[in-house]
Amino acid sequence: MGKRILGAAAAALAGALAVPLVLAQDTVKEIEKYREALVDGNPAELWEARGEDLWKKPAGPKNVSLEKCDLGLGPGVVKGAYAKLPRYFADADRVMDLETRLVHCRMTLQGMTFAEATKQPFGAGNDRKSDNDALVAFVTAESKGVKMDVPMAHPKEKEAYAVGEKMFYFRGGPYDFSCATCHASDNTRIRLQDLPNLTKQAGAQLAYTSWPAYRVSQGELRTFQWRLNDCFRQQRFPELQFTSDASIALTAFLARNANGAEFKAPTIKR
Amino acid sequence: MTNRSTQGLLAGAAVAVALAGCAGSTAPAPSDAQTRAKALELMKAGFSEKGIAKLDRLNQDETQALCTQYATGTLPKDVAEKIEKANMASIKPPSDGKYLGDWKRGEQVAQRGTGFQYSDTKETPVGGNCYACHQLTKEEISYGTIGPSLYNFGKIRGYTPEMQKYAWGKVWNTQAYSACSFMPRFGHAGILTEAQIKDVVALLMDPDSPVNK
Repeated sequence: MGKRILGAAAAALAGALAVPLVLAQDTVKEIEKYREALVDGNPAELWEARGEDLWKKPAGPKNVSLEKCDLGLGPGVVKGAYAKLPRYFADADRVMDLETRLVHCRMTLQGMTFAEATKQPFGAGNDRKSDNDALVAFVTAESKGVKMDVPMAHPKEKEAYAVGEKMFYFRGGPYDFSCATCHASDNTRIRLQDLPNLTKQAGAQLAYTSWPAYRVSQGELRTFQWRLNDCFRQQRFPELQFTSDASIALTAFLARNANGAEFKAPTIKR
Repeated sequence: MTNRSTQGLLAGAAVAVALAGCAGSTAPAPSDAQTRAKALELMKAGFSEKGIAKLDRLNQDETQALCTQYATGTLPKDVAEKIEKANMASIKPPSDGKYLGDWKRGEQVAQRGTGFQYSDTKETPVGGNCYACHQLTKEEISYGTIGPSLYNFGKIRGYTPEMQKYAWGKVWNTQAYSACSFMPRFGHAGILTEAQIKDVVALLMDPDSPVNK
């Protein structure tokens, strides 16, 4: 199955490479066609299957599975959990996104150290696969079709949202960039890449519900933590730390703005 | 954008006040400045230096701080004037008085997107990445739209010394003319060298440049 999928993706990619010969408007249409072609057979399924195995397999010093991990809807409830994250967890007295909660469960249930649970936050080829990527693929797929419903009742959830919004507009670094530089206007693009306006509900919904995604150009499933990490690299900022409160606050702001939309990921992108 | 997010924030604050009223205690909702301070505190704790990108990149200069403060509201006229004045003072004219370099090299600078990321090194060639946001020539159809089209820049405005000087200033420090513009301050921030800026100005202002064809 994997080979067939990748073959189709490669053919679509070859088609896309012919794109620069036509005019700009046609190019945009061609890219849309290419994206549609990709939807049929998403290698993200490979990550989802591996994530399910990791979820069910006893591991860590305590040799237990993650099946009792509470993602917010009670121990072991995976279905629909991602659509309500980030949220406040009383047992940790902290707002957590999915990645942070998974790290928490691997530490508390399986007995791993923080370093062990975060040693490969993002995949880097077959030799350096990321358990985090796989677990995220599995859990998020279980929210496919569920409406985003990120809570903002607890004071710490409110604070995370407000702080995340301020981070979104924070201009810094040698290039003066903020998230808003690219993501606060309608109908703009970088080169030919369309940019969602994340300050408006429709834009935030479209963008947030499309992550995680299998990236054809990278051959990896990319999580939302990865998306933020790589945005800040391009912003010329230092590196956003995996599962930092800053990363969770920004995620809370964007996820909450997507409320009401049907969750669609894992998707496939160029 | 501004209204929505401001309204959201106000609504949030109103809810917080109402809840505080019910509970009969708790602190008032934090002010805008307090929330910004909290964001900066979390960012300083939540980023780590990597390669060439050190933590001092989170230290804002006055322009960045003001543009952050007014990002979701209207930029007051006096603040805009203050920003423009300070940035105008930073513009350094070319040392030999010549604004125009080689448009062909300028085209390379306009195409190149690397430089200053932690995935780059000090040796990585630095570009202006103009095409990421601007249309420049008819030949390059892969251009962004965050900034205005610069096609026929010199042809429309005239190939005058005044316009050369203006183009130089816009590339060196765009905020001298437009406070809180999204465009990087390429000369002021030391992103591009004087020679590279001359080449980019030539791309915009040389009558032989494809920008003006």
